Amino acid sequence: MSALETSPERIAAAPRRFTGIGDTLFLRITQLFALVVLGVVILTVCTTAFKAMPAVRAFGFRFFTSTTWDPVADKFGAWPFLWGTIYSSLIGLVLAVPVGVATAIFLAELAPRQLRGPVSFLIELLAAVPSVVYGLWGVLVMVPWLRDNVEAPLSTRFGSVPIFAGAPFGVSVLAAGVILAIMILPIVTAVTRDVIAAVPREQREASFGLGSTRWEAIWNAVVPFGRVGIFGGIVLALGRAIGETMAVTMVIGNRPEASVSLLNPAYSLAAVLANEFSEATGALHQAALQEITLVLFGLTFLVNGLARWLVWSVTRKAGGRR
Amino acid sequence: MKRSLFVVAPVLFAAAMTSLAGCGGTSSPSSSETTGSVPKSTVSSSGGSQLTGAGATFPYPVYSKWFDAYHQKHPELQVNYQSIGSGGGIQQLKARTVDFGASDAPLSDKEAAEMPAAVVHLPTVAGAVALTYNLPNVTGKLRLTPEAVAAIFLGNAKKWNDPLIASANAGVSLPDTAIAVAHRSDGSGTSYIFTNYLAAVSPEWKQKVGAGKSVDWPVGLGGKGNEGVAGVVKQTPGGIGYVELAYAIQNKLQYALVKNSSGTFIEPSVASTTAAAKGAGNALKKDVRTAIVNAPGADAYPISGFTYLLLYKEQPDATKGKQMLELFEWAIHDGQTMAADLYYAPLPKEVVALNESMLASIQSAGQPLLPSQAKQGAGSQP
Repeated sequence: MSALETSPERIAAAPRRFTGIGDTLFLRITQLFALVVLGVVILTVCTTAFKAMPAVRAFGFRFFTSTTWDPVADKFGAWPFLWGTIYSSLIGLVLAVPVGVATAIFLAELAPRQLRGPVSFLIELLAAVPSVVYGLWGVLVMVPWLRDNVEAPLSTRFGSVPIFAGAPFGVSVLAAGVILAIMILPIVTAVTRDVIAAVPREQREASFGLGSTRWEAIWNAVVPFGRVGIFGGIVLALGRAIGETMAVTMVIGNRPEASVSLLNPAYSLAAVLANEFSEATGALHQAALQEITLVLFGLTFLVNGLARWLVWSVTRKAGGRR
Repeated sequence: MKRSLFVVAPVLFAAAMTSLAGCGGTSSPSSSETTGSVPKSTVSSSGGSQLTGAGATFPYPVYSKWFDAYHQKHPELQVNYQSIGSGGGIQQLKARTVDFGASDAPLSDKEAAEMPAAVVHLPTVAGAVALTYNLPNVTGKLRLTPEAVAAIFLGNAKKWNDPLIASANAGVSLPDTAIAVAHRSDGSGTSYIFTNYLAAVSPEWKQKVGAGKSVDWPVGLGGKGNEGVAGVVKQTPGGIGYVELAYAIQNKLQYALVKNSSGTFIEPSVASTTAAAKGAGNALKKDVRTAIVNAPGADAYPISGFTYLLLYKEQPDATKGKQMLELFEWAIHDGQTMAADLYYAPLPKEVVALNESMLASIQSAGQPLLPSQAKQGAGSQP
């Protein structure tokens, strides 16, 4: 095929050939289904916004800065949940990203070929485990272990440092961060592995040609080439961490208080929705929960949108140029 | 031609099915907040009828047993109950998508005003809240006074050897460890009963926190459901939390004796809960929604409460209304023996009498639905 025949201009100018009603019907029906999907998303956001209006009117911007969550006095503020969500997700990222990137590098570059398949499969299996199973394992196994082996020593030795202040109960924002780290590890690993595999061979060969060791080639030539995609994978993992509900609510302590200490209990946006939605009877309480839903929507859309754009921009360029 | 037929036929088929499904579905009322799927009540062509109800999860075991047993006796009536939570039950009743609702917490005056018509509260069974704790070196049951309980949950008593606790437990060596308070993170009737108790015995609690299914707890870790609270208490040495009595008995948890308003330390049990309901009889006659916490009576357990069925005073459908009332009449009499087996406290006679007069007051199109019994109108409802 010469370039002329398949150039974009030629394709656009070619007459659309319809053999009859079949093609038109097919076009319209697929358009309809696509619009339905889009419509559902827009409808969800609109109805949530509508139901959240009483809370928006009552609290305004103070909703995002107030720390009181009092269903009896009808005073609601979402700052503890925002803080808990972001803090626990960041702890998860800090723990998962180094491990995930290192695992991906191992799988893509250094592992023997027979090992790559099984190990990748096992890591991706982590992503298939339901959230509530993680929560149960967390509360029964991980939290007591964390309390006795990590939190108690930290508290006795560094208790005066604000970040380690507070009594070590086990359930805490640290526990939530650890569970989230385990849950987002497969995402970071899978995306990073694919990005590194997509880096062209010339990069590695050029680096070897300049006399670098294996390690230097990977760290200085391969990983920087794919850094945008790796960053996209990290942001995708962040998107998952923000939305995690059951696992987080079982180990985070469910206390609407924002504090810097890792050992203190906290609360997250998704957790408060899971806990309070079904029994909320006051109109303002329900509206406040709807507003939290809207905030969670917004945060998820933002983070996932950013992630998709970053990953897409890399895979688009994977053909060659920097 | 042949290729496009392969494409067109299935696509047309799928489109036809989708449009049929769309036309067949009923449109839901715009004001309802559907938190669960509740089928509309239908009258089947064979003459049997169906009642639908939705609401509290706490009494679900006993309600499902009742409705099943009643169906065995009256096969033409089928009752469908969805335990979507008290909040959901009230919403569905408000939207009139169910025939009756169920709630652990009665409607406040504000909520009752928001309902489209007058609602009757029918207490069906009572439940108690047990205080479970984790003190491995303490043998025998802990004794707690109301002041001690309030101080623990307010955060004023921070250690187990606090004088408020120690003074009631002479001879027991309480450790110098921190108290790890656990409470419910989800809205629940158990929290409603417990916070009502705290508000009744502690002015500081009443002013600072108040009572409700969800409150702003001054201290403590939140656990989801009874399992969550029990889990936190079991895992944390020095933990204390509140759980449903039924849950505590079934899971063989260690719970405390609480001092009641007569000064006796009472163990939570089915019998002491019924005694609390009996003791509060007079207050209930004035308003059946009164909380029965800290009830008078030597055998009454102070942290008790009812769960209610909610129905409209004015029933739109006379036949269905009558069937529903007959069902509830059976439940408050014959059904009560089944309740005790499931660790729910049966209603004392005084409350049954109160319920009978309330059922007699339910009407349809101005006519009372149940045959009139010779009762003085002691009927009281909000």
